[in-house]
Amino acid sequence: MTIVNLARFQFAMTTVFHFFFVPFSIGTVFVVAIMESIYVHTKNEQYQRMAKFWGKIFLLSFAVGVVTGLIQEFQFGMNWSDYSRFMGDIFGAPLAFEALLSFFIESTFIGLWMFTWDRVGKKLHLFFIWMVVFGTMTSALWILTANSFMQHPVGYTIRNGRAEMVDFGALLTNPQLFFEYGHVILGALLTGATIITGLAAFQLLKKRQLSKENTKVYHKTMRLGMTLMLVFSVATMLMGDLQMKYLIKEQPMKFAATEAVYKTTGKQAPWTVVGIADTKTHEVKGKIDIPVMLSVLSYGKTTGSVKGMEQVNAELKKQYGTTIAGHKMNYYVPVNTLFWSFRVMAGFGALIALCSLVGLILTHKNKMTLYQHRWCLWVMALLTFAPFLMNTSGWLITELGRAPWTVYGLFTIAQSVSPNVSVASLLISNIVYFCLFSSLAVILIGLIVRALHNDPFDQAAASAKIMDPFAKGAF
Amino acid sequence: MTMLQILWFFLIGLLFAAFFFLDGFDYGVGMAVKTLAHNEAERTQLIRTIGPVWDGNEVWLITAGGAMFASFPYWYATLFSGYYLILLVILVGLIIRGVSFEFRAQSPMEKKPRWDNTLALGSLIVPFFFGVMFISMIKGMPIDAQGNIQAHFFDYFNWFSIVGGVALTLLTYLHGLNYIALKTTGAIQARAQNYSQAFYWVLYLGEVIFALLLLFQTDFIKVHPLSTLLGLALIVAFSVLAHANTFKNRNGWAFVFSGLTLVSLVALLFSGLFPRLMISSISSQYDLMIKSASSSNYTLIVMTIATLVLVPCILVYTAFAYWIFRKRIEMPRVEVR
Repeated sequence: MTIVNLARFQFAMTTVFHFFFVPFSIGTVFVVAIMESIYVHTKNEQYQRMAKFWGKIFLLSFAVGVVTGLIQEFQFGMNWSDYSRFMGDIFGAPLAFEALLSFFIESTFIGLWMFTWDRVGKKLHLFFIWMVVFGTMTSALWILTANSFMQHPVGYTIRNGRAEMVDFGALLTNPQLFFEYGHVILGALLTGATIITGLAAFQLLKKRQLSKENTKVYHKTMRLGMTLMLVFSVATMLMGDLQMKYLIKEQPMKFAATEAVYKTTGKQAPWTVVGIADTKTHEVKGKIDIPVMLSVLSYGKTTGSVKGMEQVNAELKKQYGTTIAGHKMNYYVPVNTLFWSFRVMAGFGALIALCSLVGLILTHKNKMTLYQHRWCLWVMALLTFAPFLMNTSGWLITELGRAPWTVYGLFTIAQSVSPNVSVASLLISNIVYFCLFSSLAVILIGLIVRALHNDPFDQAAASAKIMDPFAKGAF
Repeated sequence: MTMLQILWFFLIGLLFAAFFFLDGFDYGVGMAVKTLAHNEAERTQLIRTIGPVWDGNEVWLITAGGAMFASFPYWYATLFSGYYLILLVILVGLIIRGVSFEFRAQSPMEKKPRWDNTLALGSLIVPFFFGVMFISMIKGMPIDAQGNIQAHFFDYFNWFSIVGGVALTLLTYLHGLNYIALKTTGAIQARAQNYSQAFYWVLYLGEVIFALLLLFQTDFIKVHPLSTLLGLALIVAFSVLAHANTFKNRNGWAFVFSGLTLVSLVALLFSGLFPRLMISSISSQYDLMIKSASSSNYTLIVMTIATLVLVPCILVYTAFAYWIFRKRIEMPRVEVR
């Protein structure tokens, strides 16, 4: 166990866990804001109950998202101090802006939104939730500005042994940022829509007597959710497609790995649907190919060769050298992880698009077909878990595909780690985080199940008396 | 040293001061949940006083961290990697505390005590270890030529740093008590006031010990005699003023002065450090300096512009939030289900 391995493991663990909750909360708060907007617009009380009910799930996810985000801010200095020294001039600014522009807005307006139902005008209250949405979305923008620089450095110069910012505008107009932010934010909105739809399906599946009003609320939730799922899944896929086409040029190794292409293909490249790459012999075993498809996916036409990893590796060795800071360099990335992550991500994306489309048809014009077949509801319910797999997969592709760099072409992972932190410290922190995250996950799932235990209409009746300590009259 | 570098050193100090003033009382209230409240209704009453605002207050810390990363990356790198395990404990404290609010609100009655405990424990850990960190930092840490800290246990934990940790914990606790007295009614308000009156006597003792240790264990009095003595005088004066106001039932003033005590402490630490960021106990030539540890001038300009635009907005809506929640919190009548 070296410091680099332990620090990488920690980064992967904490980021993946954090990234369970970030898209979860960005997406759910957006859906909740839509619900409250419909309520303010139509004055239909059902939508208010919906916003309050799903708002509780959002608040739980937000709480965990915030505290796991704290670790992210600290760990650059703790585990990656040489990276911080090299990149602080550029990386710190978006991080500080994220706090100044986004975190203050999020936390202040969440406080206002939570505790002022019935205490301020409806429109003002609606304004609060949209401010939270604004906060969550700009927060993602800033952090991805920093990440985009790491993927594709722009607007900098190397001076005094570090990257110094020379053009802040270039950071914000980084083409990488456009694709990455678009894809991530649409994916986050898809996540929220899918989770809420799925949880509503679970509620309908519960074998107990639901009141007519509650049934209606869940039906409405599912209709709204499926509409958003369809829109955002299609949009996410289109954006992802653009992003991949950009990758072919900017990070050819990442692209070749997601398609497990070792040797540069001929004019008409076949697309490997499944297969296992052997990283020693550079062969892909047990593969199923669709002829010409890769050329179509990559370039939108039937001809076009795709550069293989062997050629990219040779080119990168030529460009960046065979040793950096005393380390022997090899520019291959974990091909099987990328290959399968991509298939999980895109596969579930397509499945969600299909299911939501079918679901919308089955509920069109108050048709009950979807709700009458339990297996249909089960399909929608199980989709709740898909976004977590998809988001993690996407993140793995983005970050592992950048290896061996922390900042593409400028600074390697091996150079980035804190030189003075001991293996023992890293082991301790890894164990602490692991235990903490596991408990948080278990408790959170328990609390979500509990929050779902009361249906919107019973719960509102109950909360008027005792549940909500911040209800009207408390101040 | 450029003006911008000095400005950002000042701003980092200001961010920490804002954090201790605003989030300081949240930690005090968190500790009070286990030490001041007698029953479930009172615990709920206490948590309500900070429920809508604690999260925003904590962002001052996140901003301080982010701004430190952006304006003094070498400081951020040295400090955060050098205080690895202490920061790990602080993070755990922040995490268990941060989730406890929402988890408590959505937990069944029998599980609420668990979240009261994590809230109180987290609220105790964070100021204590920040105290240890800041005080050992001004005493000097073994910083080598590469700017890395290679420290032993007693560099972090010694009499001075532990006194600092206890003092900071006590200050936030008192600040919390004054806030409770300001924001509640009924029995708990009177109790908070009594506790506050009593604990200030302990604080005075702590301040004397702290002042002596500061004079003998740091070079502050040698390097900056005027500002050091002024800082110490202000800390004592504000404590006395806060204390006096608790007797006169002027809860608002007591709260303001306990906040200013914390601000003075931060001011004392930062002015004593100037023009250094961190002090090396190995050799003064390894000290981390403002002039060499900062970001480029360009980055500092970008940051300054953003701060000038955004901070006034933040202050406006933060003030708005406090104004919306300005009323005192009564003890909830119906609570137990």
